[in-house]
Amino acid sequence: MSAATWGVLIATFVACFVEAVEATTIVMAMGFTRSWRSAMTGVGVALVALAIVTAAFGYALTTWLPESALQLVIGGLLLIFGLQWLRKAILRSSGRKAIHDEDKIYREQAAAAKLAGTTSGTFDMFSFMVSLKGTFLEGMEVVFIVITFGLNAHNVPIAVLGASTAVVVVLIIAVIARKPLAMIPENLMKYGVGLLLASFGTFWALEGLGIFRAGRKSLEWAGADLSILWLLVAWFILTRVFIMALRRPERSVGDSPARPVEELAE
Amino acid sequence: MKLLKDFGMFWYEFVIGDDWKIAVAVVLALAATFGLMETGAFSDHVVVILGTVLIVAFFSISLIIDVREHD
Repeated sequence: MSAATWGVLIATFVACFVEAVEATTIVMAMGFTRSWRSAMTGVGVALVALAIVTAAFGYALTTWLPESALQLVIGGLLLIFGLQWLRKAILRSSGRKAIHDEDKIYREQAAAAKLAGTTSGTFDMFSFMVSLKGTFLEGMEVVFIVITFGLNAHNVPIAVLGASTAVVVVLIIAVIARKPLAMIPENLMKYGVGLLLASFGTFWALEGLGIFRAGRKSLEWAGADLSILWLLVAWFILTRVFIMALRRPERSVGDSPARPVEELAE
Repeated sequence: MKLLKDFGMFWYEFVIGDDWKIAVAVVLALAATFGLMETGAFSDHVVVILGTVLIVAFFSISLIIDVREHD
């Protein structure tokens, strides 16, 4: 397999893995506190909706857009996603934003589920809706990553393989653990996904600028796909520099209360 | 109407995300790279490198503004 193919496989696997962990936390909170049947029905409906969205977007993008336009639009969006993930990773690593904590999210979801009151029938609408929404929203980002990486790399099956393997692995871990998957190094994985999205996004978005010139031919990188590795190194170095430069010193006992890290825009 | 508004908000949050400055940074960097390409003074290999530098620069500026706003 080429470097680009490995990149697609790893990016879709890791991106889908972290999103699946987040969706699993929500579904577990609903299942353990209210109704597994209703929660799993919500997951099923969300997966069907995601499959329809995937088919519609995939068809529309491949049918209506020339290759360089596809690279520009998709690369630009991937770049925005990737830089958003890197921004959060930098702020978390430098102590300016709260670390993503699945245990805390589980407790919040479970508390909200208990407060929601009971339903009269056998079907619990609250856990159905929360599970549906949680799975659909987390899944949308995965759908986008799978479609974009798959189409741009001309290898949709590899992207689907990476994503579906991740879902299966998360489900196996969840069934074995039977508790929120807080042991997963989610923040580190998100940092990795951010680096991959930013690197591939930079590569494809700049290639796609060729749509605006005569012949609509994509711009060429020296070294073709191998340039993605250099981009990966460049984004890694930049983020490490920012993390070091922005790091907040640890506060000792007796210091005035720190501003809550959540104050930085979510 | 509310449905349309919710639909628009969903896509705004999905694409633009938590910090709109990053989306602006990407658009500005790509627009500046397009300008460089249109001059015809550089080969493809140089344009994409300059484009990368511009993306890094605009992202850095957006992050610095973000941090300063909250310090």
